[in-house]
Amino acid sequence: VTEFCGIDLPHPIVNGSGTFDAIAARRAFGDALLEDFPFAAFVSKTVTLEPRQGNPPPRLWEQAGGMINSIGLPNKGLAGYLEQDLPLLAELPVPLIVNVMGFTRAEVARLVEAFAELDEVAALELNVSCPNVETGLIMGADPGETGALMDAVRPLTGKPIIVKLTPNCTSPADVAAAAEAHGADAVSLVNTLRGMAFHPLRDGLPWLGGGTGGVSGPAVRAVALAQVCDVRARVSVPIVGMGGVQSGCHAHDLLLAGADLVAVGTESFRDPLAGARVAAELSEILPNSEIAR
Amino acid sequence: MLAATERWGGGADERPFLPRAFSVLRHHHDGTLDFLLEDVGPGTRRLAELEPADGLWILGPLGVGFRRPEQGRRPLLVGGGVGIAPLAIWQDALGAAALVLLGFRDAAHAAGAALLRAPRVATDDGSAGHPGLVTDLLRAELGSDPRATVYGCGPPPMLEAVRALCAAEGVPAQLAMESGMACGFGACFGCVVPTRSGYVRLCVDGPVLDAADLERVQ
Repeated sequence: VTEFCGIDLPHPIVNGSGTFDAIAARRAFGDALLEDFPFAAFVSKTVTLEPRQGNPPPRLWEQAGGMINSIGLPNKGLAGYLEQDLPLLAELPVPLIVNVMGFTRAEVARLVEAFAELDEVAALELNVSCPNVETGLIMGADPGETGALMDAVRPLTGKPIIVKLTPNCTSPADVAAAAEAHGADAVSLVNTLRGMAFHPLRDGLPWLGGGTGGVSGPAVRAVALAQVCDVRARVSVPIVGMGGVQSGCHAHDLLLAGADLVAVGTESFRDPLAGARVAAELSEILPNSEIAR
Repeated sequence: MLAATERWGGGADERPFLPRAFSVLRHHHDGTLDFLLEDVGPGTRRLAELEPADGLWILGPLGVGFRRPEQGRRPLLVGGGVGIAPLAIWQDALGAAALVLLGFRDAAHAAGAALLRAPRVATDDGSAGHPGLVTDLLRAELGSDPRATVYGCGPPPMLEAVRALCAAEGVPAQLAMESGMACGFGACFGCVVPTRSGYVRLCVDGPVLDAADLERVQ
C-alpha cells in the first residue's frame, strides 16, 4: 500500500492528466474497465471555468521516441464537468484527482472553491503551464507567480493540492520550492516539453494547428528523471513523477529519483492497459529494491 | 488499432511509435480478420513487412460504424483507393444486393475492386472501367433512382465530392473518415474533425459521420 497526501493507494501508478479519458474508455471497453482499472487513482483532464473547443487540427505529430500534441485543453467547462463528467468519474473504483487551470488567480480560485467540499474529489491538481493574463507570466514558470497562486487558493480547501510543474522554465526546482513554501501538498512533473514540427511537404509551415505543442513519450524520460532528482533535492512534499514511463523499470527509476507516485501518460495511448502492466512490473521489482529497505 | 509486436519503432526517424487505425476489410467465420493497407509511411511499411506467425498487436473494434439505410432506401456504397476496406465488410453485412461504386487511380490499383462483389469501377486514367471519377457513377445512379443511402470511404477530395453531391440531391450519406490518431479510444483528443456542432473525436464519435453534420470534408 502506498500513502499519498493521506490517501491510501494499492500501488503507486496513476495516469497523467489528459492522457486517459475514463468515461470514453468505459464506453469503448465496458464495465470490465472498472473491475480492473489500470490506475491507483484517476487524474482527470484539465477543467477550465468556461468550455473550450481546443486547438484546430492537426493536433498530433509522431516523432522520434514519442509525439508532439497540440490539443488545447478542450473541455466542457466547470458547469459541464460538474453536471456531466463528475457523476460518471465518481463511479470509478479509485480516488479522483481533479486537474484545473485558470487564466487569472481569481479564476483558479473559483475552480478550487467549486471542488473544495465535494466528497467525490480526493485531491486537486493545478495546471500552471498557462500564462496569467494579468501579469503575462506563465504561472508555473516563475516562483513568485506560483507562490502567489498558492496563497490565493490554499485557504479555500483542506483537500490536498498538487502543483503540476512545467519543465519549460529556468528552474522547476525553484518553482517546486515556492509551491511547497506556500502550502502545496505535493508537486507533479514533468508536463510536456514545448516543441514543434514543420509540415513534411511545406517548408517552414508548422504542422500542428496550434503552431507549437508538447513533446511526450520516451524522448522526455531522461529529462523527467533529472528534473525529479532536482526537485527532490529541494522539497520534502510528495512528488508525482512522470515522463516517458513505459515499463516497471522506468517507474522504479523515478521512485529512486525521489518520486512517491509515478504517472503513465503517452504509453496509455499505445495500450490502454499500460498502467496496469507498469504497476505489475513494478510490483515484481519493488521487493528487491533499494526503496523497500 | 494495429501495431507490430516486435520492432515497432526503429524505422526511419525512429518511427513508428503510435499504433495505426484501420478498418476491418472482412471477418471470416473462423475468426480471421482481413485488413487492407497501402505502404505509404513508416507504420504501414512495417505492417507490410510482417510475415506469417509474426506478432500483431490489435485493439478493437472501436468507434461507430455504418448504420443500415432507412426503410425504402437502397444502400449505395462508394469507395476510393485503399478506402474501399470498410465497404467490403459493410457489403457482407448488407447482403449481395448492395451496389458498389469504386474509383481508383489506374488499372493496377483497380485490382483491389476484386475484394468486393460486382463493383462498378472508374479510373482516373481510364485504364479500367469508366474513364473519370467515381462520383460520375454516383451521379448517374442517383439520377436514375434517388431513393438511396450513400456509404462513402476514400480520400478527402472524393468524400467531399460525395458529400456535396448527396447534399445537392437530398440523399442521406454516411462517410467513413480518417484522421491521425494516437490512441483510438478517446484518450488523446488528437483525432478531432470539425463538424457543424464543433470538433468531434473520430475514434469514439466516428469514424463514420453523417454527411449532414459536416460543413465540408477537409
